[in-house]
Amino acid sequence: MLTPLIKKSLPPLLVLFFVMSIHYFITYGVLEPTRRFLLPPPHSIIYEGFFIPKHRDEILRGLFLTTRVSFIGLGIAFLIGFSTALLMSQAKWIERSLYPWAVFTQTVPILALVPIIGFWFGFDMLARIIVVVIISIFPIIINTLTGLNGASKNLHDLLTLHNSSRWIRASKLMIPYALPDMFTGLRTSAGLAIIGSIVGDFFFGRGSPGLGMLLKVYSSRLRTEELLSATFVACLLGVSVFWAFSYLGKRLVGHWSEAWKT
Amino acid sequence: MTEQILTFDNVSKNFEKIRALENVNISVEHGEFLALVGPSGCGKSTILRIASGLDYPSSGTINTSTKKVGYVFQDSTLMPWRTVRKNVELLAELEKIDKESIKKKADDIIELVGLQDFADHYPIALSGGMKMRASLARSLVLEPELFLFDEPFGALDLITRGRLNVELMQLYNSKNFTSLFVTHSVEEALYLSSRVLVFSGRPGTIKGEFKVPFEYPRKADIRYTTEFAELAGEVGKVLEKYS
Repeated sequence: MLTPLIKKSLPPLLVLFFVMSIHYFITYGVLEPTRRFLLPPPHSIIYEGFFIPKHRDEILRGLFLTTRVSFIGLGIAFLIGFSTALLMSQAKWIERSLYPWAVFTQTVPILALVPIIGFWFGFDMLARIIVVVIISIFPIIINTLTGLNGASKNLHDLLTLHNSSRWIRASKLMIPYALPDMFTGLRTSAGLAIIGSIVGDFFFGRGSPGLGMLLKVYSSRLRTEELLSATFVACLLGVSVFWAFSYLGKRLVGHWSEAWKT
Repeated sequence: MTEQILTFDNVSKNFEKIRALENVNISVEHGEFLALVGPSGCGKSTILRIASGLDYPSSGTINTSTKKVGYVFQDSTLMPWRTVRKNVELLAELEKIDKESIKKKADDIIELVGLQDFADHYPIALSGGMKMRASLARSLVLEPELFLFDEPFGALDLITRGRLNVELMQLYNSKNFTSLFVTHSVEEALYLSSRVLVFSGRPGTIKGEFKVPFEYPRKADIRYTTEFAELAGEVGKVLEKYS
């Protein structure tokens, strides 16, 4: 049991070791002592960020708020995205009508939109959630739609032969068929949701201070240690969420889906 | 005179500008095993689609005297998220037949096609041949009177295909359904059927009809007899001439 675990974790650990070495080399070998604040050594980043209670609590609270906004936003994006995809799968004309607008959510320059959303909805949770929804909805719609439209013609014919209603067709064929793709979409969107909540934070600059706000504060005060700690935490959150959805996908559809095979 | 279960009367079919079928006349008698052979794209599948009501003729008429029609597709068309057992129960579920009453039957049929040890496996774990057996079992649950086969074994390797031909023969002998079997394998057609219709390339028209004289139930080794080979040669010649 241990051997495969070591086998799996050794290569990324080696990469970590390598990157750390470069990091230390730059801090102590390249930068002059007066400029070391530009890239503090890893141990002081970890110390400042996670061992000084005040900083740690700040960052953990930011992590909590960011996670909360991301998850609520992702949940809403999923509900809207899934319903939209289901609606689009019901008729070609609906798909044609909505598709360009779905693409629009992805191509809209979110940075330009964020301040406007702030003006309209205030600078609190609601506005942040809206930013998350906009930024994370596209992969859910597109992947779910691909799945819903993916069932073979023969399977559809089989249901036609047995006079299946639209609802039976959706519930017994299209939705189960779409599950693997849906999880692919959710996994991508989960990462985007976290970026979305950080971006929202970063721009709104007030309301509850999530990680994005901390990043802004730390960078304006040149507190590089905490800045990098908070960045690291944000990355860790993204990775855990990606991993969690991978796990969920494998658990729920891995026993039958080629794509999620365990 | 036996009763007709399915008749095609001067049926033609166009898909936009392409003429797929031209003046096709077929009559399928109760209990017979009729095979259609023809080159790919000759509209054989279209005949099955029309027979099942999935499609309509552009001209001509069709008549069926049964509503209990089973359709077996080119691929197994199993739902990958359902176990073999749940797949076999699917059609009964769609027809809203009481679940409890179908359970026993599903089990019997799974055993009949030799999948009892795989009843709780998902299709992902099955070989091509097993998937096709599961697909047959799925249709058998509703006890169809008319079975439409659309090149069901076309995607299998020759050894599996030969074995499934024998198994289908056994099913036919024990269940007594009527079959309309589309294939492009002359050997498969002759082994299974009592009558073979040979189709030309597009537009599909009937170019020859052969009675297959071998008695049912047929043993697997009739496929290696001289009579079988000679008949296959005759059918093959007609097929080649019009493809």
